[in-house]
Amino acid sequence: MEKKAVRVAYGEALVKLGEENEKVVVLDADLASATMTNAFKKAYPDRFFDCGIAEANMVDMAAGMSTMGLIPFCSTFAVFAGRNYDQIRNGVCYPKFNVKFGFSHAGITLGEDGGSHMAIEDIAIMRVLPGMTVFVPSDANECYRCVEAAAKIEGPVYIRTSRLATPVYDPRPFTAGKGTVIRDGSDCAIFTCGIMLEHAMDAAEILESKGIHAAIVSFHTIKPFDEELARTYAARCRKVFTVEEHSVIGGLGDTVASAIICGGVETFRKIGINDVFGQSGKPADLLKEYELTGPQIAEKILKDL
Amino acid sequence: MDIQTLEKHARQVRRDIITMTAAAGSGHPGGSLSSTEAFVALYFDVMNIDPADEKNPNRDRFVLSKGHSAPGLYGTLCERGFFSREEFAHFRQLHGILQGHPDVKKCPGVDASTGSLGQGISIAAGMALGAKHTGNKCRVYTIIGDGESQEGLVWEASMAAAHYKLDNLTVILDHNGLQIDGSNDEVMSLGDIKAKAIAFGYDVIEVQDGNDMKQVVEALHTPPCPGKPRYIILNTLKGKGVSFMEGQVGWHGKAPNAEQAEQALKELEG
Repeated sequence: MEKKAVRVAYGEALVKLGEENEKVVVLDADLASATMTNAFKKAYPDRFFDCGIAEANMVDMAAGMSTMGLIPFCSTFAVFAGRNYDQIRNGVCYPKFNVKFGFSHAGITLGEDGGSHMAIEDIAIMRVLPGMTVFVPSDANECYRCVEAAAKIEGPVYIRTSRLATPVYDPRPFTAGKGTVIRDGSDCAIFTCGIMLEHAMDAAEILESKGIHAAIVSFHTIKPFDEELARTYAARCRKVFTVEEHSVIGGLGDTVASAIICGGVETFRKIGINDVFGQSGKPADLLKEYELTGPQIAEKILKDL
Repeated sequence: MDIQTLEKHARQVRRDIITMTAAAGSGHPGGSLSSTEAFVALYFDVMNIDPADEKNPNRDRFVLSKGHSAPGLYGTLCERGFFSREEFAHFRQLHGILQGHPDVKKCPGVDASTGSLGQGISIAAGMALGAKHTGNKCRVYTIIGDGESQEGLVWEASMAAAHYKLDNLTVILDHNGLQIDGSNDEVMSLGDIKAKAIAFGYDVIEVQDGNDMKQVVEALHTPPCPGKPRYIILNTLKGKGVSFMEGQVGWHGKAPNAEQAEQALKELEG
């Protein structure tokens, strides 16, 4: 299967968007070759603004630029969502300015750079902001759609992308704010987001081999959340597992929990980063260390069923 | 506009600062009073704005980076005709358009929501950059505080303003020397702020008395220096115009009571 990092798709999507919409401008903080905005820089040098290693200023500059009718995309590492949080909150969300955030290298699969650089809390802090849309694309194709959708939304949007090359699935129908049923099943429901889809699918295969039919629902939009779909599958399967490359606190798991709290499910378990920081390592080893591979996910689900 | 008329507007704005903070029982009179000449000069004599066409894309922009001085901005916007004086009764009240700190979604004439110090100058720099990029000939003005200048973001924005040659940006420093916990020098010395501004690439003008309308107006009308952002240091007096507030740290974020308000308004008559 073809593999491509979601961040690469983000860079490609920006170039396409820039071609269609001259209001789109891209800001980066000296990470264009990592966030993949260098393609946009090359295609539209007059619409690319390097802000230097000053993420907070990048966000507020983008806020100011948006008031001139531009659509700024701020790009940096997801871990800096914390560093410029005040600017995102007060400079952009509070006035509901039209600024987009494409933050890459989220989660533990950024690998060797280690825990200081691994964002495990960005979904939590973004989804709590009023008016913020939160996208977590699961693959390159979904990322293209998220970037397109972001440009059409009037207001702040966060797009979480990853460093690691991951499978590119056949394009699926995309509606912002709607979850996607990847496979149907009635014995248990696995809700996932981002690049954990691959591992959730591996787990479902293992479960299938044991006669357990697991449904998989992937949520590229964490906010606004498709509560109806989550409730439908929770009610149908009554055993719910969430799988994410994010802290089990405040991310997809808690979003699902809030949605289905009155749904009378028998089993609910959040699978993710268990309230600890990351560390250096190879992405594959890290996924194993933090028990996020398909077989480990399947094992947890089997234990709870 | 002649200086005397501008001074008359400034006196009215000062009265409004007292009236609205007293009515609310909270707010920031000290820094509002020190910035009053700058507010009035900008809105009555310098900026290209029209209350009847407040969203005109070609208007000049103003960002109150030291957002807590909102009473001074509100007094000026009202005096300029953006909203009626009746709004002052709802300053800092539920459902009011005059929030504790300026809110772009609620208050007519406000161009950015501020209050988190350091952000306004950065937003203003972004506006100036956006204006240049879109071919908009407007100018962008921002007032920052001296205490605020302890925020690193002020200097990130300054570096960017010079880098992008934002000669359509004017940063005005209200240098009253005081902040919540004491003088700048007691809390965190700014050192040679003029030398710092020059070193960061600004074209710097220092105004000896930032509460002298004539000096303020002259500085603001100085033609831009091509390729450089402008930085105007206004040496001001915190609490200017009200004898018991002048130069007093305690009046940074405290409202006058009824008796104090009465005395202040008496001093500001004429």
